[in-house]
Amino acid sequence: MKTNWLKEKLPAKVKSEIQKVAKNEKLSKKEKTKLIKQIKEDYKKMQITPGEAIGIVAAQSIGEPGTQMTMRTFHFVGVAEMSVTAGLPRIIEILDARKKPKTPTMWVYLNSPHNKSIDSAQKIANKIKEVTLGELSKEITIDLSGFKIQAWLDSDSLKAHSVSTKDIAKILRKRMRSVDVDNTPTKIIISPKTEDIKKLYKLKEKARDTPVAGVKGVTNVLPLWRDNEYAIQTFGSNLKSVFKVDEVDETRTISNDIHEVAKILGIEAARQTIINETMKVLDEQGMPVDERHILLVADIMCNTGKLQGITRHGITSRKTSVLARASFEIPLRHLISASIIGETDKLTSVVENIMVNQPIPVGTGLPDLVVKMKGEAKARKKLNKKTKKKK
Amino acid sequence: MEAITKKIDKINFGLISPNKIKKIATVNIVSPELYDADGYPVERGLMDLGMGVIDPGLRCKTCGARLRTCPGHFGYIQLARPIVHILYIKKVYDLLRSFCGACGRILLMQDKIEKWTEKIRKLRREGNFDEIRNLTKSLISNIRKKRKCPHCNAKALKIRLDKPTTFRAGGKRLWPTEVRERLEKIPDTDLEILGYDTASIRPEWMVLTLLLVPPITMRPSITLVTGERSEDDLTHKLSDVVRVNQRLVENINAGAPEIIIEDLWDLLQYHVTTLMNNSISQVPPARHKTNRPLKTLAQRLKGKEGRFRYNLAGKRVNFCARSVISPDPLISIDEVGVPYRIARELTIPEKVTEWNVKWLKECIKNGDIWPGATYVITEDNKRKKITEETKEQILDELAPGWIVERHLLNDDIILFNRQPSLHRLSLMGHRVRLLPSKTFRINPAVVTPYNADFDGDEMNLHLPQTEEARSEAKNIMRLDKQIITPRYGLSIIGEIEDPVVGLYILTRGNTYLTKEDAYNLLLSAGTDAELPKAERTREGVDYWNGRQIFSMLFPDDFNFKNEEIKIENGELVDGTIMEELIGPEGGVIIHHIYKKYGSEKTKEFINAMNRVGLEFIKHFPYTFSFSDLDLSEKTQNKIKEIIKNGRKEVGKILKKYRKGKITPLPGKTIEETVEALILNALNKLRTPVGKLINKEKAQEDNNLMLMIKGGFAKLLNLALMSGFAGQQTIQGERIHKGYTGRTTSHFKKASLGARAHGFIAHGFVEGMDPVETFFNAVAGRNNLMDTAMRTPKSGYMQRRLINALQDLKVSYDGTVRDAGQRIVQFSFGGDNIDVSKSDHGDIEVKKQ
Repeated sequence: MKTNWLKEKLPAKVKSEIQKVAKNEKLSKKEKTKLIKQIKEDYKKMQITPGEAIGIVAAQSIGEPGTQMTMRTFHFVGVAEMSVTAGLPRIIEILDARKKPKTPTMWVYLNSPHNKSIDSAQKIANKIKEVTLGELSKEITIDLSGFKIQAWLDSDSLKAHSVSTKDIAKILRKRMRSVDVDNTPTKIIISPKTEDIKKLYKLKEKARDTPVAGVKGVTNVLPLWRDNEYAIQTFGSNLKSVFKVDEVDETRTISNDIHEVAKILGIEAARQTIINETMKVLDEQGMPVDERHILLVADIMCNTGKLQGITRHGITSRKTSVLARASFEIPLRHLISASIIGETDKLTSVVENIMVNQPIPVGTGLPDLVVKMKGEAKARKKLNKKTKKKK
Repeated sequence: MEAITKKIDKINFGLISPNKIKKIATVNIVSPELYDADGYPVERGLMDLGMGVIDPGLRCKTCGARLRTCPGHFGYIQLARPIVHILYIKKVYDLLRSFCGACGRILLMQDKIEKWTEKIRKLRREGNFDEIRNLTKSLISNIRKKRKCPHCNAKALKIRLDKPTTFRAGGKRLWPTEVRERLEKIPDTDLEILGYDTASIRPEWMVLTLLLVPPITMRPSITLVTGERSEDDLTHKLSDVVRVNQRLVENINAGAPEIIIEDLWDLLQYHVTTLMNNSISQVPPARHKTNRPLKTLAQRLKGKEGRFRYNLAGKRVNFCARSVISPDPLISIDEVGVPYRIARELTIPEKVTEWNVKWLKECIKNGDIWPGATYVITEDNKRKKITEETKEQILDELAPGWIVERHLLNDDIILFNRQPSLHRLSLMGHRVRLLPSKTFRINPAVVTPYNADFDGDEMNLHLPQTEEARSEAKNIMRLDKQIITPRYGLSIIGEIEDPVVGLYILTRGNTYLTKEDAYNLLLSAGTDAELPKAERTREGVDYWNGRQIFSMLFPDDFNFKNEEIKIENGELVDGTIMEELIGPEGGVIIHHIYKKYGSEKTKEFINAMNRVGLEFIKHFPYTFSFSDLDLSEKTQNKIKEIIKNGRKEVGKILKKYRKGKITPLPGKTIEETVEALILNALNKLRTPVGKLINKEKAQEDNNLMLMIKGGFAKLLNLALMSGFAGQQTIQGERIHKGYTGRTTSHFKKASLGARAHGFIAHGFVEGMDPVETFFNAVAGRNNLMDTAMRTPKSGYMQRRLINALQDLKVSYDGTVRDAGQRIVQFSFGGDNIDVSKSDHGDIEVKKQ
């Protein structure tokens, strides 16, 4: 069969590999053309057959090793990395497109020269880390006579996190309601607008736990040597705010929170994140799965431009077939809504045809027999005329 | 098997109208009684003979057909007062809130109505029902906030739904009659906006006036051994409905007070509700006499055991067998050993032709005796059993065009399956090989794709019954066509156990065989090729190197090279055959043979290797003894040193901790840091031990090495046995559970030492002390639990994955599309490569 997609265009990856081999082995031009011809022949043989039930193959390829995966989360104690959900739970989390992953993390890359030494990386890490008022203060006291709370700031910590008292006061004003905030170079004074002793104590607790510096949501940071530079792994993810930090290289910084990536960087980035994260888990577990299968899953999850999980609310809910939806979960709801809209099930996918005992339209069940009938052309012309008249 | 001439093209969903109910129903049911005194169905009762027959001998009053041929017919109940259909209650609620109670128009301005109509009509033409659903959902939530009708200016009363079935308008109860009146007022043009299919449904049909009664064939009664009749749950429920309905009719006719009528009305609503769905919250489920909740209509459809998943999506088949599997390394990998007893039971329909009539007659003559036949089907489709009495006549009449159902024979193609069927390699085509005894036999080389072992596993066998199915089994599903897995594009089938060890010893380079032995090996592999020139001659006797013999299994022009091995022109020049080269899940040599010579040759190659390896190990056996695990004193001391150093380091950490000199790792408390440091220190210990053992044993060319190369064990296993078992962990942490402050009473409270938290300093050979044994058991149990919890989780994940992706396929234009023809990918994986045809997911670029 002659189709366009078979037109011997080699994938870019293979092309570059051919160049590499040609260079390494010092092939003559003739040898090179021969090599290319042979590769093209191989490529042709590897082409997938139309009708191949590739979705099921992908699903099985990801599902089958699932039984062999470990459940536990990995603790990379050795390198003092933080524990991140891994194994089967992580895969399920990705495929479900959960709104919040159990352990959101970012890899924050830095602009040169900040990525050169551990010290500069640590400095920026400190800047990124969310710090509460309590962590920055030597002591927080309650002044009952003046009816106010005083936070005695630790100048060393202030330096480490590169914030000033002024900044802190500003943030506190924003984050705490119905209080007046004042600052001297060494302390912050918070005075509530209403005088209530009980509330004053509560307010102290609240003030202590209020984040006053760093990136919101980033509870832990760790500068690590990674691919010839220092990068910061964070616990807690907040791309938007981290991008605002000057030293951060926003072109490479990534998060493992798919929804956040989709929101900040777009659906294409989210798709890539799904692929990367899934591949990472499978590699860690030593489960060889071809990337194509994961590509397919990622593509169907991002296909509509919105992230959809492999759940009853996600992909399954947008199937065209009523029966296919009904056979998955909650059949009644689907039947009822179909009856009201007056939906038609055209029996185009697999389960419906199994239900009514007909061949399924994938694989060998796909081709139809086309017969050219005598006098067909004439009859068609006639029909066309008729329909034209009607219009 | 007949060709399929008619095909269901599509299925429409809609609501049934009262008129339609009257039209299709045959009986108006008024009597709650089922049978009269004689046990005969009461006329116009729920078991009326007009609704189908379930007893042999009786005829259907409607169609005149008998049991099994009568499909059953619907009846109906004329409800005395309208009843809201519980399954549609949300829709009714939406409608009541979206439409004006006074004029029946939608609570939307005229210009908006037009805009929306346009939109919905367009979507309907496109068949985009999903979008209609989404749009109308948000539209309804907008409209229902309106308080005033823009068409008649009437104030829209707030409608409330008191669950489960009571509507209230501004506090006053809306009886179903009033609900129905409101719905009747809604004009089709306005209804269209909410996505309703106005061409075929009216909203008032959601409030029932006639109740459709399912045919008796759908709710058959069973006659118990005692002769008593036991009715189906549906019949019970329906009779409740009829009874209350009759009482309501009587009371209305007698002019009973309103309150009594209303009570009965509510009761009728309850019964109709539970008839539809018996698991609605706030409605107490109707129960059987035995206090078991009734299984009514909704329950029949729902869940794993419901109609959809159990009966419709899951089919049961004939022509199958199941038995225990056992290994037989001497049959081909694409064969399956089948017991004669099964072969006599399972048949394949064979069309009689001029050319096979003689053979088939022979089969008929044999009858029950293998190879025989069980049935014939005449040209006019009559099935006749072959018995001693009918044999003669059948033999006389047999002519081309008949079909003979003959016994299963050698070389028939069948499908073989092991559950759980996690991937497509769990169901593959095999050739039949009839063997005595009662188990299925498979070659141990093919257990990997099935994930089978022989500790009592059972497997299923299916006989394809049509030529089409057989062809598919033979050309697509057959085992040798599946050698390369689509998961990662390497061979999943390979040699395991004895043959690997045999081949390892054979090809080690220092194995020499006499002519007799060499030819024996070759013959077992099935070749009668001549031996090449002997490599060595001693005292006038020729000796062949094992490698020479193994080389004869390769095709002559086979070339392969990697770090371990070098094969040139079908000659094993250098390197030893071992598990990673010919084993399952990635045996590179097998993959390369497959790529170059195709499935048939690969199959033969694996078979040949299998037999040579086995034959060799039979005559040159190897033993593994306990003493093989012994280590030299030097190594033992080194290992002891390692443990000692580990303990020392833990001691150092603890000392530092006690002095308060530990700087916490970021985000961790000091205690957590100490814990992490200790665990890290102890985990590190195992690695050098493996290296040590490897170093010692590799020199000796010991049986242990043989186990590793033969795929029996990994270096880690040796380290655990000869070395020490190391740190036991629960979810990646040391063991902390136990008594307050300590794991067992052997330790001081708050002890943080290595031993107190599950460090095992002895190997399995040496033996552990009681405390260590206990910790080992703790970790073992934890692992077991982990596995038990993982299986259902991953099973559900796979079900969802399959459901979401099942209708994705490659179209004829090369794009990947779903069932609605929506494009998901422009080419599969970006390059259209079929992983099962690729080189580990790529195209190998190599100069030939």
